[in-house]
Amino acid sequence: MNHRVAITGLGIVSALGNSAESVARSLYRGDSGIGIDPEREKRGFLSPLTGRISDFSPRYPLTRKQRKTMPEFAEWAVEAAFQALAASGLDPEALRNDRSGIVFGCDSSCMAAVEQVAELAAAGATTGLGSGQVFRSMTSCVSMNLNVILQTKGACWTVSGACASGGHAVGQAADLIRLGRQDRILCGGAQEINWQSMCSFDGLGAFSTRTSMPEAASRPFDASRDGLVPGGGAAALMLERHDLAKARGAAIWGEIAGYGFSSDGENISVPSRDGIGRAMRAALRDAGLSASDISYVCAHATSTPLGDAMEAHNILDLFGEKGVPVSSTKSMTGHELWMSGASQVVYCCLMARHGFTAGNRNFAEGDDVTRKLDVIGDTLQTPPRAALCNAAGFGGTNSCLAVTFHAAL
Amino acid sequence: MTDAEIIAMADEALAAEFELDPGQMTPEARFREDLDLDSLDAVDMVIVLEKTFGIKIGRDPAIMNIRTVDDMHGYIIAKKREIEKA
Repeated sequence: MNHRVAITGLGIVSALGNSAESVARSLYRGDSGIGIDPEREKRGFLSPLTGRISDFSPRYPLTRKQRKTMPEFAEWAVEAAFQALAASGLDPEALRNDRSGIVFGCDSSCMAAVEQVAELAAAGATTGLGSGQVFRSMTSCVSMNLNVILQTKGACWTVSGACASGGHAVGQAADLIRLGRQDRILCGGAQEINWQSMCSFDGLGAFSTRTSMPEAASRPFDASRDGLVPGGGAAALMLERHDLAKARGAAIWGEIAGYGFSSDGENISVPSRDGIGRAMRAALRDAGLSASDISYVCAHATSTPLGDAMEAHNILDLFGEKGVPVSSTKSMTGHELWMSGASQVVYCCLMARHGFTAGNRNFAEGDDVTRKLDVIGDTLQTPPRAALCNAAGFGGTNSCLAVTFHAAL
Repeated sequence: MTDAEIIAMADEALAAEFELDPGQMTPEARFREDLDLDSLDAVDMVIVLEKTFGIKIGRDPAIMNIRTVDDMHGYIIAKKREIEKA
């Protein structure tokens, strides 16, 4: 028998705010977290636009020793994880057993690698590098540090699937609970924000250059979209076996009802015509839902001309013209890369809890394909009942999570 | 630099690095058992002491014998004296 998977807590550090409350407000208002990084202007970037984390001041501060083995984005992830744990109402002691684990999505820790090479040049000997860099520079820095801090004893690893990393991490965590292999998993995604980690991506010319109005640069599905805006932060979810959550009287935000994945098997950077669609169908099958049960698609759409068009085709294949309300939260946050598949679930939970569905900022008019979608303009005053959260990454890896909300179905 | 000055500087630097209460840094305190420092902390202790006193420790085999705060004081004092002689 497969277990049901409840979402009992969430946490977020994003361009829209550093707490669930502030992010919910920003999503409702349609705020933008995008700005200009002057350093990128100086260093020959095609685009200086970036999502930004502002005024980060952790509610759950770490010791100096804990921070030694963590890059900045892992600190964001630990903060998000502690927020999720607090929201779940679980005593941290309840996670210190082999039925509780950590699965995060991440695909780089670039800054730490850059720093250690520079420090070696300065110190002239590897013994001058200190004890922390080896841990900071690993892709799994988030999961390993969280494991030490929370003292979980079960699953502990990181899923790397490019910009679908966060989506796959949440999906895999849900699967582990459904199969009865874990009872509780803190999962999510995290993404560093710094020019060092973005320079080679910038060189591909995939970023928006609409620098005159940074807040209008990320415009998924809009006819005049000209590229994505890179961003980041950290998102965390406490997933829990539904019957256990219910038995302890936990407040349940929603359920991960299904997880679908697919890969393109075609091109390293160009999305295939049907890849994300196959993941969406797989998620629906897995959840035992049909397209008509879905009230909202939280799209992957990053504001690139081709990527958005391909996703639009796939949404149209499944739902038909104007068949389902669609928006991309990346219109506000920019593309949160490794984090995005997980943050979309957090954003959807906040919409459901606060009774609205976020609009797609900057959508003025569609092109030949995207105008057939029901792209949400202004914030809808109704919450999603059941949502599909899409994510897709380089190499052609796709994830889709079917998330249902409170007694919705 | 007097021995007392060396001791004060070393204690202050290590207390800051490892977030220790200066009151814990008694001469007989053992790094591992009493101050909860591990082998990774030892790596950073070497760097802190090198920077604080402008000395080179690297992988000096003598540091393997440092168990207590007093051992550490003795090591640094000897190292400083060695440099002064040379």
